Amino acid sequence: MKAPLHTTGEVLSSKRVGAYQHLTVVAPGVAERFRPGTFVAVSVDGTRLARRALWIHGVRAVGGHGPALQLVVEPVGPGTRWLAERPVGARLELTGPLGRAFALPKEPVATLLVGEGYAAAPLFPLAERLRERGCQVNLLLAAPDERHLLSALEARRSARAVTVVTADGSVGRRGSVADVVAGVLAQAAAEVVYAAGPVPTLHAVAAVAEQAGAWSQTAVEQPLTCGTGLCHGCPLPVVGEDGVARVVRACTEGPVVRGDRVRWAELAGTRPGAGGPA
Amino acid sequence: MIDLPNPVVVAAGCGGTGRELAALGALEGIGAFTTRSLTLNPRAGGPAPRIAETPSGLVHSTGLPGPGLEIFLATELPWLVQQGLRVVVSLSGASVAEHAEVARRLAQAPGIRALEVDLAVPDARAHGLLDVREPFHAANVVAAVVREAQDLPVLAKVRSDVLRVAESARVVTDAGASAVVVGGPQAAALPDGRPAGLSGPAVLPLALRCVGEVRAALPGVPVIGCGGISTAADARAFLDAGAVAVQVGTALLHDPTTAARIAADLAGGPS
Repeated sequence: MKAPLHTTGEVLSSKRVGAYQHLTVVAPGVAERFRPGTFVAVSVDGTRLARRALWIHGVRAVGGHGPALQLVVEPVGPGTRWLAERPVGARLELTGPLGRAFALPKEPVATLLVGEGYAAAPLFPLAERLRERGCQVNLLLAAPDERHLLSALEARRSARAVTVVTADGSVGRRGSVADVVAGVLAQAAAEVVYAAGPVPTLHAVAAVAEQAGAWSQTAVEQPLTCGTGLCHGCPLPVVGEDGVARVVRACTEGPVVRGDRVRWAELAGTRPGAGGPA
Repeated sequence: MIDLPNPVVVAAGCGGTGRELAALGALEGIGAFTTRSLTLNPRAGGPAPRIAETPSGLVHSTGLPGPGLEIFLATELPWLVQQGLRVVVSLSGASVAEHAEVARRLAQAPGIRALEVDLAVPDARAHGLLDVREPFHAANVVAAVVREAQDLPVLAKVRSDVLRVAESARVVTDAGASAVVVGGPQAAALPDGRPAGLSGPAVLPLALRCVGEVRAALPGVPVIGCGGISTAADARAFLDAGAVAVQVGTALLHDPTTAARIAADLAGGPS
């Protein structure tokens, strides 16, 4: 994998869609290195040292600028609100792309992509890569409500079948990923499952995939401070390839890890719904 | 002391394995690289959340996760040495005996320029590490490490308690430390009350005062300053206060290129 870059980007556009702010940022070299599942660490205003980790939703060519990053921000704290308020032309100090990307299957197999909330962002460019390889793409998108459902319209373009669930039933079926994932997986006859979302959702998907004999990859979000592997602030309990239990860094050994390698129960225990620096 | 081509050193516990910074070209021109504090056996580290943000600072209680000495010697140290870096190995432990054992084995490993004894872990007890509360505890550890370190210089990173830092520096140098590292994390607490350390620009004025206290009391002792340094001007303030070198730590978590940038600025000549 190509090394990440530490650079200054520029906001080319900033658009509110539902609960999320979609930023298009040109950062020379970063977009060229992007693979689905990687992220960028962005600095926010002066006295805040922790960086904000943002998923890369896609890369698109912007006239006169070359490829630009599409980033998704949920403005829920001082840092993410600051990011959401950056005007066009603002400079952003960022490092990326960081972390391990989703691994792509060697054969053109049927796949299921499960995403919840803004974390579904990396699944869209992943869907593109999978289709390029002849893989059948099925998408299961979830959110608490319609405002938090990411890019549902785009989803129709990038997947063969799309299932939408919301907790309040405002769009799609009422329910959660855990309620429907087994049925969707069986219907898609997926051999590979990719998931991105909160820990309980990932846990549910990994468990169902394992029962079905499917191979799963999960993009695990842990509270990140640096995103670059230096601070040890994002412990991720796993079982290594060698069968030995250890704690790795979610940012560097992850964020994408095999679903059957994560010690989900411990993860849930150590992080009762806590987010990172917001 | 070790001969440094540049006074900017990567601080313990903030430079990862070195590979993360190297991938960003962020080790270029630095004077030395300090490893995270190593213990004899692998450590998983403490529970999450481990780090909280506070204005101009980070509150942290990681519990010193690390690979243990054997894996470090087999996989991490050879790579660092191969990069041509001046490697300072930081060490910690649950007992004086563990410190001595780690030092003994490090002294046999090729390529290490110095050892740094981490006597400033503000949440040591919470993580089962030796709680170095009193200067004489620090002196005991340093004496044991110096005995095992053979020809390697031993740097002692002492608690940055303004009132006692000079006393700590005196006893650890009496015990054989070649230099003192002054101005590490301040004892603090995470939002949920767990013991932790506070680092970052918030602690810089305290660290600078600590350097001044040690220089005034012990003019002959080399002092390496650290604590909140994130610009070349910060580094110069410590050097002007009499530090022979500076360590850059927390700033790397915000901007991984900080140490390389400051090193280049300082190499560019006096401002």
